Amino acid sequence: MMRRFTLIAVPYLWLLALFLVPFVIVLKISLSDVELARPPYAPHFDWATGIWAFLSELDFENFTWLAEDDLYWKAYLSSLKIAVVSTFFTLLVGYPMAYAMARAPQEWRATLMMLVILPFWTSFLIRVYAWMGILSNEGFLNQFLMWTGVISEPLTILNTNAAVYIGIVYTYLPFMILPIYAALERLDESLIEAAEDLGCSRLSAFWLVTIPLSKTGIIAGCFLVFIPVLGEFVIPSLLGGSDTLMIGKVLWEEFFSNRDWPVASAVAVVLLLLLIIPIVLFQRNQQKQQEAEQ
Amino acid sequence: MKRMSWFNTVSLTLGFAFLYVPMLILVIYSFNASKLVTVWAGFSTKWYGELLQNEAFLNAAWVTIKVAVISSTIATVLGTMAAYVLVRGGRFMGRTLFSGMIYAPLVMPEVITGLSLLLLFIGLGLDRGVMTIVLAHTTFSMCYVSVVVSSRLVTFDRSLEEAALDLGCSPSEAFRLVTLPIIAPAVISGWLLAFTLSLDDLVIASFTSGPAATTLPIKIYSAVRLGVSPEINALSTLMIAVVTIGVITASLVNKRQMVRQKRDERAAERSA
Repeated sequence: MMRRFTLIAVPYLWLLALFLVPFVIVLKISLSDVELARPPYAPHFDWATGIWAFLSELDFENFTWLAEDDLYWKAYLSSLKIAVVSTFFTLLVGYPMAYAMARAPQEWRATLMMLVILPFWTSFLIRVYAWMGILSNEGFLNQFLMWTGVISEPLTILNTNAAVYIGIVYTYLPFMILPIYAALERLDESLIEAAEDLGCSRLSAFWLVTIPLSKTGIIAGCFLVFIPVLGEFVIPSLLGGSDTLMIGKVLWEEFFSNRDWPVASAVAVVLLLLLIIPIVLFQRNQQKQQEAEQ
Repeated sequence: MKRMSWFNTVSLTLGFAFLYVPMLILVIYSFNASKLVTVWAGFSTKWYGELLQNEAFLNAAWVTIKVAVISSTIATVLGTMAAYVLVRGGRFMGRTLFSGMIYAPLVMPEVITGLSLLLLFIGLGLDRGVMTIVLAHTTFSMCYVSVVVSSRLVTFDRSLEEAALDLGCSPSEAFRLVTLPIIAPAVISGWLLAFTLSLDDLVIASFTSGPAATTLPIKIYSAVRLGVSPEINALSTLMIAVVTIGVITASLVNKRQMVRQKRDERAAERSA
């Protein structure tokens, strides 16, 4: 009995102390006032004065500030836009790859799978950095395009949103490919043959049979890309320009450059609220998939 | 055997080119003699030499490895415990909260995790350094470990443990002699995952480290913000090489183990 208690208590307490409590602190500081001191905030909540004093003084000052300042609205909206668009492009690149992998000869599949996973183990930062040398004005892409004669002037790609999209598709591609591949590999090919025998063209068999049967994989992949991209910091900060607004970057700057902890915390709270919907939908999709497997 | 259609061949070729050409360029240009990273000026290994003399990088690399080894080891222990509790623990008070806390860090944006941990450390008056990074990394990587381990625990036959108990093992003996050897591959891959996650992390480390402890990603990030440099290319190449060798070795070991397991199973069937 004692052993079971320890087994549960140790990881439980660890997560309570280092995961849940920190969130409560973020929530608390997001409701505090800014102050020029160390630490740079004045708490509203104080155990000494108790919960009533806290509630009577409670203002959502930092949140009103977020709502009134254009910058934050634009940052949230532009993060959402970037996340939606880049998820779509990742799907566009990832689906054909996953499809081809699932149709590849059996003995190649393990190798192909490893080739998809390998970049995932390589440092994220380095993979983003690799694109800086490719997309810059005198970078390899421009050199190549000018050599082939497609363009005569170098294109400005680095430090624009286009570079951010390329970076996201590149780094998150394995997250899209793997769940779709898993769904397509299980797909019974005789179903497609049956559709074709019954008069479907190959394209409509793909559209009417393959796509619906790989739907859970598509949904899982899209959420696995969309959710982390929404709070992404490294890619917009290295590949994006000064006009690339993403909420992860705003939070970082609010904290490290402006040292405005309460506003940074409020930004985090709102981001979390935004994420709840996709996370719940993702969970539901996973559950459905598990039930379908059983 | 079926031949692949041209469409599938083309999409695989283009897709893998997209995944690998950027890294290939990085590796090739780390051997460039010129300081200009986009102009080839002959083969040279001088950037590797300079890298080895750059003490700031070496120190950061040492801190990073230390943090990764300690945090991934603690995370593996905690994560395995958590997985065991979730899969075998039955009902207990606050189980929903517990499993929520295991899965939430997987989808949490790093900026939020980093910010919240930093605010906790400041609230507690902890000096930021190696220890705070270790605490932070352990917390998020134990969740990954527990997901990996619990997926193995779910699939394995519980009657093996029960048989060991019936044959007179104590619960801890049954765990050590039966359960652990079976889930060992998952525990090892959990450790590896935790280790690379820790090596790789920039955002959470930036929040939770102090001036006393700088990790390699933080160092790389601040160098890279100023632009592309051949020294960073050399460093990246080394890191890519280490990971590639590691992953290939792990998969070969895994494959051999699977072959051996198949053989044993077949032998057991024959003798039965």
